[in-house]
Amino acid sequence: MAERLYRAAAADALRIVPLDDFTVIFHRPSGLTHLVTAPAPEILALLSEDVLTRNALLACLGAQFDLGDASAEALDARLGELVATGLVETA
Amino acid sequence: MERPVSPDAALLARALRDPASLEPLDADGWTALIAMARAEQLIGTLAQRLAGAAMPPAVARILEDARASAADQRRAALWEAEAARRALVGVEAPIVLLKGTAYVAAGLAAGEGRSIGDLDILVPRESLDAVERALLSSGWEWVKPDPYDDAYYRRWMHELPPLIHRERDRMIDVHHTILPLTARITPDPEAMIADSIVLENGLRVLSPEDMICHAAAHLFADGDLAGGMRNLWDIDRLCREFGGRDEDFCLSVYERAHRHGLLTVVRRAFRLARQLYGTPVRAYRSPIRVPLDDRLSDRLYRRRLFARNGWGRPTRRGTRFAFYLRSHWLRMPPAMLARHLWTKWRKGYRPV
Amino acid sequence: MRHIFQVRIGPAGFRVGSDWRAPIAELERLYAGYPAPENGVPDFTVRLFAARPWRRWLRPAVTLGGDFVLPDAAPLPLSQGLLAAEMAMNLQMALGQRRYLLLHASAVEREGRAVLMTGLSGAGKSTLAALLGARGWRLMGDEFALIDPATGMVHAFPRLVSLKNAAIGVVGDAVPQARFGPLLAGTPKGDIRHLVPDPQAVARMDEPAQPALLLFPRFGFAIAQRDLGPSEIFVRLTQASTNYVALGERGFDAMTRVVRDVPARAIDYPNAEAAIQQVEALWNAL
Repeated sequence: MAERLYRAAAADALRIVPLDDFTVIFHRPSGLTHLVTAPAPEILALLSEDVLTRNALLACLGAQFDLGDASAEALDARLGELVATGLVETA
Repeated sequence: MERPVSPDAALLARALRDPASLEPLDADGWTALIAMARAEQLIGTLAQRLAGAAMPPAVARILEDARASAADQRRAALWEAEAARRALVGVEAPIVLLKGTAYVAAGLAAGEGRSIGDLDILVPRESLDAVERALLSSGWEWVKPDPYDDAYYRRWMHELPPLIHRERDRMIDVHHTILPLTARITPDPEAMIADSIVLENGLRVLSPEDMICHAAAHLFADGDLAGGMRNLWDIDRLCREFGGRDEDFCLSVYERAHRHGLLTVVRRAFRLARQLYGTPVRAYRSPIRVPLDDRLSDRLYRRRLFARNGWGRPTRRGTRFAFYLRSHWLRMPPAMLARHLWTKWRKGYRPV
Repeated sequence: MRHIFQVRIGPAGFRVGSDWRAPIAELERLYAGYPAPENGVPDFTVRLFAARPWRRWLRPAVTLGGDFVLPDAAPLPLSQGLLAAEMAMNLQMALGQRRYLLLHASAVEREGRAVLMTGLSGAGKSTLAALLGARGWRLMGDEFALIDPATGMVHAFPRLVSLKNAAIGVVGDAVPQARFGPLLAGTPKGDIRHLVPDPQAVARMDEPAQPALLLFPRFGFAIAQRDLGPSEIFVRLTQASTNYVALGERGFDAMTRVVRDVPARAIDYPNAEAAIQQVEALWNAL
């Protein structure tokens, strides 16, 4: 089975406002607001530039954001949440 | 001394039908119109229809708010459909959007300004279990764990018990046919699904003819005419839009309605839509004879449809109750009706 | 409906219809200084009615209705008809207001700038607003602060101030008795007494103000103050708004603007005097 690919919702679908440790994101298509913390904003930033597999995403998080200690399981959980909200889509 | 006649919702019908011909309203007239439109869930539609018409600034602001609210509802409804689509990607079955969500998804005039609540979808009966499982694993939950209601739904109704999404707090009704299995009229849901139209995103909407059949069936066979003015407005908009593309659209609707056993119902809906909104519907003598002359009994239906005063309050309790009983009669065989009403009454339900 | 009263409070016009004369008479007396709805067309309709005809006379019970209703709002006895009217009017705002972001907060103004005070029921926001109103501040409202998404300005909604239990006595010492409504004893929220805002609050209710200070007061604790982070403010304000979600992106814009621009403080206080001093001190330090 091919590995699943992820991408962020279209840039014009999101309004992203960093507050402090938290970032508040308005998702235009649903009209809902999400309050997220690391590594969600970093995931969104990466997935807005590239369509990535989970493993590629994990590697990028480590390289670019010093979030390499996140486990694959933890990343799966975050991705699951982001997909459920529509902030991330499976390609 | 002559008592002033208190307005009924015929005022709302006139305003929707032809805003330009609306008699000049005083402040109380506008107030009554707004209260009725809110109560009939037609305020967004009214706002759309009256855009650009002369009105006091206070009214213009209220209607502007209603337009913005309708736009938000439209956006939320489309997202709900998209969320269901994503949840049901793994289910190999056609997913047909119904009612308001279908109108906006298909870009139809009937969706302009319309208030949209729950998401209604139609799926093949054999896919129900798979759909139910997929929704339950994507964040939807049963609304109420009431064993009587649950057993009733599963056994007799045309839908799963309602599900609600635990994050978004929005309901979905999953239908496998358009009327309850207890109803004496049994439309053909397989034909409706087979002839449905695929949208760009893979979701489907009913064919134009079936949209009318469904709206008409919903109005008379599946309810006590509650929300009837909005339902007939949908039918009016659909007939104007599809009739504008095909002058024999009404004939296609009659043929289709005949197949579903809904011809009587559709004719009634067409007559009432014409009486309320001037809907351009056509009678036929050949190839099939479908008369559309006004009937005396239409007056009783209009009495019920307009049973709302300038305070937005339901009026004509007797007429309403008659239609309430009738709707249950249509839906169930008499012995079951008695059992059902008894259970409902013991639980404290009273018709308005 | 038999008895009718119309009023405008800030930007919102109301029409109240009642099966009984008494609640309307009380509204007429207490809202005597208020204007009628603009163009005579109210934004919201409220209905006070007997759910069953005999309830008009026999242990009369007032059912709340209107353009926007909660399905399970319990009826109130006729002696609390004024409270029923106020609750139903608040409900229209909470459920139906789409022009302004609605914050469950009291607000007072000085020199065109406003202090917003929000908190759970019992935090003292009505009491503090009423007391500040008696000390030269303009009362903008004790229940809802209305934020205009287009400008970020706060608009006044100076309805009758609803004082509960001990607050009735505290505020009663500071303002003339003539401005009080009847004592409503034994309501679902305890004893309630309504206070008519002073004439300048009504006369100037169409003047918006710039939100300048956001306070989260808490009554019943030793004097203390604490800063709040933006995300905590954001969460608490969205919880304090009944129409944030319904406003969509306009609500998001208005809310992030408040969180970004308005300094915020949580203040604990043991009594009203201590709270007033803290508010004045924070104001002077701005």
